[in-house]
Parts: sequence; C-alpha cells; structure tokens
Amino acid sequence: MFFLIFKRILLGLITLFIVSLITFVGTEILPGDACTTYLEREAYGAALEACYKRLGLDIPAYERYLSWAYNVIQGDFGYSLSGQMPINEVLGPRIKNSMVLASAAIIIGIPMALILGIITALWRDKLPDIIISTLAIFSMTIPEFISATLLILIVAIWLEWLPGIVIVPTDVTFFELLPNIILPVIAIAMIMTAHMARMVRSSVIQVMASDYVQMAILKGVPYWKMVFKHVLPNALLPAINVVALTIAWLLGGVVVTEVVFNYPGLGRLVIESISNRDLPVVQALAIILASIYVSINLIADVMTLMLNPRLKTLQIRK
Amino acid sequence: MANYIQTVKNLSIGFKSQKGKEISILRNITTNIKKGETVGIVGESGSGKSTLALAMMGYVKHGLYTMSGECLFNSSNLLNMTNRDLEKIRGRKIAMIPQNAGQSLTPNLKIGYQIEEALKLHTNLNKEERESKISDLLNKVRLPSPDIMALRYPHELSGGQQQRVAVAMALAGNPELLLLDEPTTGLDVTTQAHVLELLKDIAKDTGTSMVYVSHDLGAIAQVCDRVIVMYAGEIVLEGPVRKILKEPIHPYTHGLLNSIPKLSLSGLPDSMPGSQPQPGHAGEGCSFYDRCNISVEKCKDSAPKLEYISEIDTSVRCFNHQELKINKKKNSFSNNINKKNIKINEILNLNDVSITYAKQSFLDQIFNKITDSNPTVKDINININKGETIALVGESGSGKSTILKSIAGLLKNKDGSIKFNQDKVLSSDLRNRSSDDLRSIQLIFQNPDESLNPNHTVEQILSQPLKLYFDFKGEELKKNIIQLLKKVRLGEFYMGRYPRQLSGGEKQRVAVARAFAAKPDIILCDEVTSALDVSVQAAVLDLLNNLKEDLGTTYIFVSHDLAVVKAISDRVAVLYQGRLCEIGPSKNVYQFPSHPYTEVLLGAVLDPDPDIKPKLIAEDIVEEKPPENGCCFQGRCPRILGDKCRNEVPPWQIGENGNSIRCHISIKDLKSQQF
Repeated sequence: MFFLIFKRILLGLITLFIVSLITFVGTEILPGDACTTYLEREAYGAALEACYKRLGLDIPAYERYLSWAYNVIQGDFGYSLSGQMPINEVLGPRIKNSMVLASAAIIIGIPMALILGIITALWRDKLPDIIISTLAIFSMTIPEFISATLLILIVAIWLEWLPGIVIVPTDVTFFELLPNIILPVIAIAMIMTAHMARMVRSSVIQVMASDYVQMAILKGVPYWKMVFKHVLPNALLPAINVVALTIAWLLGGVVVTEVVFNYPGLGRLVIESISNRDLPVVQALAIILASIYVSINLIADVMTLMLNPRLKTLQIRK
Repeated sequence: MANYIQTVKNLSIGFKSQKGKEISILRNITTNIKKGETVGIVGESGSGKSTLALAMMGYVKHGLYTMSGECLFNSSNLLNMTNRDLEKIRGRKIAMIPQNAGQSLTPNLKIGYQIEEALKLHTNLNKEERESKISDLLNKVRLPSPDIMALRYPHELSGGQQQRVAVAMALAGNPELLLLDEPTTGLDVTTQAHVLELLKDIAKDTGTSMVYVSHDLGAIAQVCDRVIVMYAGEIVLEGPVRKILKEPIHPYTHGLLNSIPKLSLSGLPDSMPGSQPQPGHAGEGCSFYDRCNISVEKCKDSAPKLEYISEIDTSVRCFNHQELKINKKKNSFSNNINKKNIKINEILNLNDVSITYAKQSFLDQIFNKITDSNPTVKDINININKGETIALVGESGSGKSTILKSIAGLLKNKDGSIKFNQDKVLSSDLRNRSSDDLRSIQLIFQNPDESLNPNHTVEQILSQPLKLYFDFKGEELKKNIIQLLKKVRLGEFYMGRYPRQLSGGEKQRVAVARAFAAKPDIILCDEVTSALDVSVQAAVLDLLNNLKEDLGTTYIFVSHDLAVVKAISDRVAVLYQGRLCEIGPSKNVYQFPSHPYTEVLLGAVLDPDPDIKPKLIAEDIVEEKPPENGCCFQGRCPRILGDKCRNEVPPWQIGENGNSIRCHISIKDLKSQQF
C-alpha cells in the first residue's frame, strides 16, 4: 500500500509538470502579452522594450520557464506582472476565501446530499422520493448563473435580507466574510447536493436489491439495523470518489458563482489573471488547482482502499 | 394438522403488467411440509420454485404481490404479517440458505459478525457464549480453524466455504424449517457432494424440516424424502422421491429425467421440444400441452386438476398419466451418438503449452518475456484430430477455460506452441494471426445473454462473420443467414428479433449459428450448456452433435459436468490445477477411471436416482496455487505415496485402453484398488 501511495504521488508530480508546461506554452503562443495589455496603444518602440526588460520578458521563453520552475520547487511563485506584488501574497487571501466558501458548501452540502439520497432510495417511488428527485433534477438542470442571479433577485433585491454581491476587500476576517457568503453557498450547495444525492440514491437502490440485503432481511435483521449495517457501508463506498471530485471542484474555485457574486476567491482570480495576461499568476493557479485535484483524488483512493476489505486484501496479496 | 410445519393454501403470486393485466407467477399452490421431512421443489428456471420458497418465509420480491391464498406457519399466515412479527420468525423459526452464498454474505462484514448477528437476534446468549457458539457452528459445517475463519471477510473464502458459512448462519437460530434455494448450484462437483452430505447429516441430527429448491434432480435425489415438481407456476407432480424419480407419472417429469445425461447411460439424452410458457401466456388447457407427447384432445381446452392417487401416495396433474406407466426403464438413450473411428489426422497440436496470469515485471515488459516458475497452466501436450470432440474437464481453477482462451489467441502462452493443420504455428498474439486463422477457430461462450449484443437483431449478429470473412452482400447474405438459422433449427422469422425476445435455448442456438457462420475447422465450446435448463441442454447437445456429423467440425468442449462430457465427447482430458492428469478415449476414462483425481471426480457425480450414492473419496480442499514440486494432485490425493509424490513430477503411463495417466502408482495397481 505504501508503494501504491508512493507511485501515485510520483504520477501526480508528473501530472503537475505536464500541466505547468501546457499552461506555459499555451499563454506563450497566444498573441499579446502582459506588456501589450498594460501599455495598450503605446505598446511599441522604446516603451515596450523597457517594459519587457522590467518584467524580464526579454530573455528566451525556455530560460524563463526553467528559472520559474526552479523557484516554484522552493515555494516561490514569483511576481505578479499586473499586480506588481509577489504572487504568494496575491494567492494567500484568495485561497483562504475559496476555502471558506468551499468548506461551508461541503459542511452543508455533503450531509444533506447523503440524507436526501438515502431518503429517496429507501422511499423509492413513493412521495418523498418523487418530490426530492424532481427538485434535484430542477436544481441540476438550471445553470448556476441563472440560479445565482435569481437568488440575488429574490433574497437581496426583493426581500433585502442579505447583501447581493460581496463588496469586501480581499483580506477581510472570517467573521466579516460570513454574512457575505450565505448566498454563494446556497447557490453552490444546490447543484452539488442534487448531483450527489442522485448518485447516493442509485447506489443505495442497487445495494438494496442485492442478494446479501435480501439475505439480511430473511435472517430477521430489523429494518434500520439492516440499513445501517448491511446497506450503507456498501452503498457509500463508491460515493467517496464522487465526493472527492466535488470537493476538488469546489476548492478549485467555482468560477461562475464567484464572478456572479463578485466573490474574491480563486475562481475570480483565474478570470482576472487570464484577461490581464498575467502569465505567472495563471501558471501558479494551474499548478495549485492541479495539485488540489491530484491530492484529493489520492486521498479518496486511499480511503476507498482502507474501507473496502476486498481491495485491501487484494493489495496485500500482490 | 399438528404434524405439519408449514401449510400453503391456494397460493397465487404475481405482478401487474404495464397494461394493468394481472399476471400470475404462482398459480393456486397447495401443499404441506411435515415436521422432520425434506421436501424437494424441482422445476426449470421460470417455474416459480424460488418464489414459492420465499413465500414460505413471508417474503415477496419487490414488484410482486400476493393475489390470493396463504402460507401458514404455526397457523398464522406469514403473508399478512407485519415486518416486526416476521423478524421474529425469520432466522429463528424459518431460516434460508441462499443460492449464491458469495453474493449473499454482506461484503463489508466479517464472517464471525454475520453469524453473531443472527445469534444476537434469535438467542439469549451472552458475549462469551456467542463466541463459543460461533466456533461450534463453524465446526459443525466442517470449516477448518473456526476461530481464524470468523475473522475473515466473505471474499476471502472459497465458494464451498462461503456456502458452509451460509449454512452455519442459518443454523444459528435453531430453526424448525430450513429453506434451501439452489444451495449447491455453482459449486464444484466434489464440493457439491460434500455440502449435500453435510445437509443430510444436519437434517438427521437436528430433525429440522427442509425445503430444498433445485433444478438439479441429482441433488434432489440425494437429500429429499418427497418431491414437488413445478411447471409454469403450478404443481404438476408431488410424491415420494423414489416414485417421482424412478417411475414419474407426469410427462414433464418423465421428459425432464430423460433429458439429463447420466454416467450410467451412453449416448445423448433425449431432448424435450418447445419451452415453458411465459407467465401470463399459458392457455386455457394444460400448460404442458405444447410439449407433451401423450396429449389428447381435451388437454388443449381444459386444464387438468391435481389428482391424488392413494396407492402410490402421489398427486399428479395430467388426464392421461396412465399412459406413461407402461414406459420401462431404459438402458441407453434412444439417440445414440454415432462415434466413428476417427482417422489420425491432426488438426491442432498443443506442445508443452504453459500459461501464466502473473503480472509481468517492468524488466520483463521491456524484454517482452514472461517469467513465472509456477504458471497457472503447465506442460499441456494434446493432439487433436480432425472431426473429433475432445473435452477438457476439471473443477473451477483447473485451467480448462484458460487453455481455450490461449487456443483462441485471447491469452498469450508463456511457453510451448500451438500448431494448426500440422505445421502452421499459431501466433500467441491475436493481432499476428491471419484472418483465415481467426476464421478457422471460433468460440461459443457459456452465457448467451452476455455474448450476444443486446442491441443487435439476430440478422445483424449473424451477418457480421459472414461479411467479415466472406464479404457477402445483399441477397446472398440473407440467403446465408436463413441457411444458418435452418441449421440450428430456427425459422426465418427469427431474423428480426433481438436477443431479449429469445429464450435461453434459442439464444444459445443463435450463438452456435454465429460460430458456424465462419465455416470454422475448430469450435471452442466454453461451458456452452451450463447456463441452460436440462431439457434445453439436451437439445443444444443434440444440435452440436448433428452439426458435427454434417460438417465434420472439430470441437474442443470445456465443461465441469462430467455426464455432459460423457455424452458428447470422443476423448477426454482431465485437468487439475492447470496440469493434465489423464487423457484418453472417453469410453475408457469413464469405464476405468485410473487417475486418482478422475476417480474422485466421477465418484462425486450425482445421479438422479436416490439409490445411487456418490462416493466421497477425497476432501474438497481448495488450493490457491498448484504445488511447486511433485504431482499436482498431492494435496488431495487419497492414495498419496509420500515424499515421492511431493517431490517428483509423476511420469506418463499409457494403459492398455489407450488412456494415458500421470501418476506414480502403476495403472494395474490403481485399477485393483478402486474404491
């Protein structure tokens, strides 16, 4: 198992390397760069030269990549071209904000998804299932920019209960941020919960139809004990990977929602830095998002491995 | 009334079709189970036998409902009890032993926990008492080292061990009635015989009543006192086991018995035409009318009632059962196989073939070689002659399917070569085989449900090989498809059907037709009849045999069913743990089993005759891997000589009858020592 984890970490590092290469090459071959964007119409002659020199864009691309990679390994992502400050300082509060948003969505969304999924499965084709499943399909199919806008319209503009957009400096404290995130969290949790609840539902239904559940019933195991001992552990195992992907998606910045609510998280930073041609920031974001995906998936796989006795023995035997 | 443990009265169970029509799966079942009695419920798939057994526990599957009638246990009707009340009966008074124990044990819970759960629910034992009771139970079902076993997860046990755990779990609550739903289907012959032995002993020791549901008349014959035969959701025959299995007075039972291949009879079994009507499709008259050979005019329009004949203590649902009594016991099947002398004209030669499933290490992958000192299949030397049927037999894990896959090119062999038509070496890699080589070797798979594409019509399925190998188009293609269908005795109108619109037997016929479409020289048959009901199996075997006689095809036939193999094959190769133990003309292998393993296998075969008992010579231990040194069968051999067998690979000996065996004991000694 340790060998397996080691192998996966190695593969993850290779993935990160490839991701960095692709983003570097991608931003390099696009027409225009930080200086042309910054200088706009004056982007010619001496001014442009000076700008290139100042930002270090005059040295060859591969050299820039190598020195950048060398610094990243040491934990330094370099300098933001547009913001004129170290990227680590740009990223810090953004990551914190995204984490707050994601954790809130996770804390609300996952338990709700599990409960709703289990309820719909156990009362399959009965009233609770029909109501919840219909709602779930609705919130899944309505695109998030519509549902988010509707939320703003109803809660913020008509009812005036909560602020519609987040107008706070990037580095507010947690408690100042809290009232601002309620609406974004609801918008995200709606979609996330719907997806996951559908997943959990079908997984539970599948296990309920299995021979071993029929056997447990015929053994005289009381209903709820059967559900908790025989059904759920087996039904929720495949859900771990879906949960992991959802968490990675959340941490990676929920771009659309963040833009709609003007939320200062990673997702909005992605949009901003791309439109500013801020190559170092784009690269830093690509690396960070990729490592979030890689590590969360690794954790999910290890968890599945540890919780599933079948896979565990297979691994040991190998 | 007092000595009945369960009474089923006028029970009908069914479902509502999408059009709102009521369709019954069980129709008006009335029967009793006496205390201490073992009753067998027999029937082919779809006859409603499992539904009946589940109803006896008050369990009706999702989608089905009770239309009428009751299942009385201690004079209370299980079918209208609340779940709370049923929980007190299930597992405590009535326990179930499921068909597929591997899937019926919860995968995330340890064996010990699952048994303890039953004990907790149904007994008042405290923690220590429960622990010792778990050991007792596991001991009782003859599982080795019960304390270690209790800590294992279900998937860590073999099929036979899982089935024993299921038995132990059912016994935990000391039930008065045990329901067994195909408890030995899917187990190896030796394991099956041992589990049946165990069940019989338990019935004797505890006085528990048992209801034994099975399609296998051989198993029924071994354990049951009384037999109920079901057909299309009705009881058609019910009586004492000897009466039912030796002098069946219902034409269906009679046909069923004749369609089972037996070790004691030579030739192919008689097949029964037609198939069981689908639920809701039975007509006004007798449901067996279409397939019956003694039917009279009135059978068509009026359904016979179950009639009790007191002299033989048997109930029968047939107007004309008197006619059947005349039938004498036969010594051989009517359609004897015409076993020609096969000319020595080698078509396929397996030379020192070894196959491994071991993963290649990184270095080996670079140098493209396979290293494994103890491969799954080793040293297979078989010459196969044109036009013969050679069977590979053995228990699960004996490597028989592995060898087939290697011949087909689906698995690379590690060592050795496979030669086709005497001199042409077949590449072990499918991609390097020529289209003509691929055409000349075709496969028929075990399960037609999985081997036929559900989204293709029969026409599309059959046109693929015809287009691929012969480039047929338009009218010519259609003509060939019709011809193929005719060959497998299916009408032209099957062309537009999808696999789901066919019965099991029809599907397998389509699979056979697909294999023959390529005009192959060799057809590899991988357990082609084991997913089929016996009456259908007989028809498919008959079909394969006729096609062989017409077209001179060579079959390599893999099966775990020794009686089927005897019926169809010219030569038999017995495999154990991927090593060849014995090979020879099937007549001789069956008549004089000389290798100890062949003897063990044949001894465990169940005959549908309660008076022929299986001989259990060796334990049914499961070995995970073939032994590194010595004879492959050393772990279970009842005649093991000691170190010689453990260290030296036995030499081949050729007996006077033409069968070769691989054993340290001389053929003469083996024969004189036969159990």
